Amino acid sequence: MSVKEQVIEIIAEQAMLEPSDVKMDHTLEDLGIDSLGLVESIFAIEESFDITVPFNANDPSASDFDISSVAAIIAAVDKLKSEQSN
Amino acid sequence: MRRVVITGAGTVNPLGFDVASTFEAFREGRCGIGPLEIKDVDRLSIQIGGQIKGYDESAHFNRQQLALYDRFTQFALLAARQAIGESGLTFSGELADQSGVVLGTSGGGLNTQDENYRAVYEEGKNRVHPFIVPRLMNNAAASHVSIECNLRGPTFTVATACASSNHAMGQAFNMVRSGMSKVMITGGSEAMLCFGGIKAWEGLRVMSKDACRPFSATRNGMVQGEGAAVFVFEDYEHAKARGAEIICEVVGFAMSSDASDIVTPSKQGAARAIAGAVRDAGVSSDQVGYINAHGTGTAANDKTECAAVADVFGAHADQLMISSTKSMHGHLIGGTGAVELLACVMAVRDGIVAPTIGYEEPDPECTLDVVPNVAREADVDVALSNAFAFGGLNAVIALRKF
Repeated sequence: MSVKEQVIEIIAEQAMLEPSDVKMDHTLEDLGIDSLGLVESIFAIEESFDITVPFNANDPSASDFDISSVAAIIAAVDKLKSEQSN
Repeated sequence: MRRVVITGAGTVNPLGFDVASTFEAFREGRCGIGPLEIKDVDRLSIQIGGQIKGYDESAHFNRQQLALYDRFTQFALLAARQAIGESGLTFSGELADQSGVVLGTSGGGLNTQDENYRAVYEEGKNRVHPFIVPRLMNNAAASHVSIECNLRGPTFTVATACASSNHAMGQAFNMVRSGMSKVMITGGSEAMLCFGGIKAWEGLRVMSKDACRPFSATRNGMVQGEGAAVFVFEDYEHAKARGAEIICEVVGFAMSSDASDIVTPSKQGAARAIAGAVRDAGVSSDQVGYINAHGTGTAANDKTECAAVADVFGAHADQLMISSTKSMHGHLIGGTGAVELLACVMAVRDGIVAPTIGYEEPDPECTLDVVPNVAREADVDVALSNAFAFGGLNAVIALRKF
C-alpha cells in the first residue's frame, strides 16, 4: 500500500467514511474530524510509518506539519518519512 | 447554616516546603518549573515539570512508613501536619468523631504503579512488595492523614481529574457548613511526575516543551507539577470558642458538568460554576476582586475561561484581577486547586495578588487583567478559585477576608 493509500485509510477510519469518499482537496473540517480526531490521526500516522510528527494541539498551524488538506498531509508524511528514514 | 473558616494551611509544592516560602515565591513571581529528574526522561519528548527538588523522604518518615507511603501520600501528610499544627487542634473524644478528611487526587499512587509495572513487565520479576495495593490506592493519603491525626469522622477521596481538590474542598466546606462535621481536613495531593505519568499526557499533544505561559499569545501548552496543599476548615463558632486565629472564611462553592465533550472545555459549564459560587457565597459579583484561574496555558482552556469570566461578571470583569499561578508551580492535576487556593488566601489575608508569570504578549481572546509577571498589592474582599477538569467537571470555591 502506498503512503497515499495508507494516509487516506487512516483519515477515512477517523472520519467514519469509506476511503473512496476522501478527496485530496478535503480539509479535516470537511471530513468532520475535530481536534481530538486529529490527535488520534497523527498518532496512527506515527505508528503506521514509524515516524515522529511535530505537532502541538495548542497551535496546529504553528507546527511544522501541514494539515491544511488531505494532499498536504500526504506530502508532509512523505517528507518526514524521507527525513527520518535512517 | 454555620459559617466556615480556615484555621490552618500547609503545603509542599515546587515553590516551597511550607506556606510562607510559597507565598514568598508568589510575591516574587518565582518559577518552580525546570528540567525533570526522573528515570527514562530521555525517552520523553516533554522533559520539564514543576518537580519538588531537594526533597529527602527519609528526613520525614521512617522505613516502615515509607513502605506504605507513596510520594502523593507523603506530600499530603507533610501538608496536613503543617495545617493542623498551625490550627492548634488536637483530635480526641467527640471532636475526633466529628472531624474527617476529604482530599483530592487524580493519579493516587502513580509512582508506585509505575515502579511496579516496570518491575513485572520490564524487569520480568514475578513478585512485588506486599503493600503495593495499600500504597497505590487513591484513598491512601486521606486514610493516612486520618490515622496519623486521629480523625474518626467522614473520610474519603475525590477524583475528578484537574478539579479533584476543588471538589474535595467543596465537600468539606458543605459538611462543616451543614453541621455534619466540626472540622474537616481538606485539600489535595498529586505525584504524577514519573515516566508513565508524563508519557500519557504527551499523547494528548497539549504539553509545552519550554514553559507554562497562561493567557499570553505565545503560550504553547501546559506543564505538569506535583505536590500538595491541605487546609483546616473549621466551624466558626468552634474556632471562636477556642480563640483560634482565623486565616479567612470559606463562603461559597458550586460545581457543574459541561455534559458535552470529554476534553474540550465549555464556556457555559464554566460560567455556571463561577456564577453558582458567587451566588452561594451570598455576595454581589462586584465584590469579587481576584480569581485564581484554572489557566492551564493551553489554547482551549485560557480563551474559554476568559470568555466565561466575561460572561459572568459583565463590566466588572475588566475591574477584577485573574491570574494563573500554574505559570510558577505547574499543573498539579488533582492537587492543583489546593495549592492554588493558597493564592486566594494570600489575596484576601495579605492583600497581595500572585502574578501570571511568563507573560509575553497580549492575546485578543484573553483581554482580562491577568496580573502579568509582577505581584500586586490590592484590597481583595472575595476571591474565587476556578478548576475545570477533563470530563467537563467544573468546581469553583469562594473565600472571603475575615
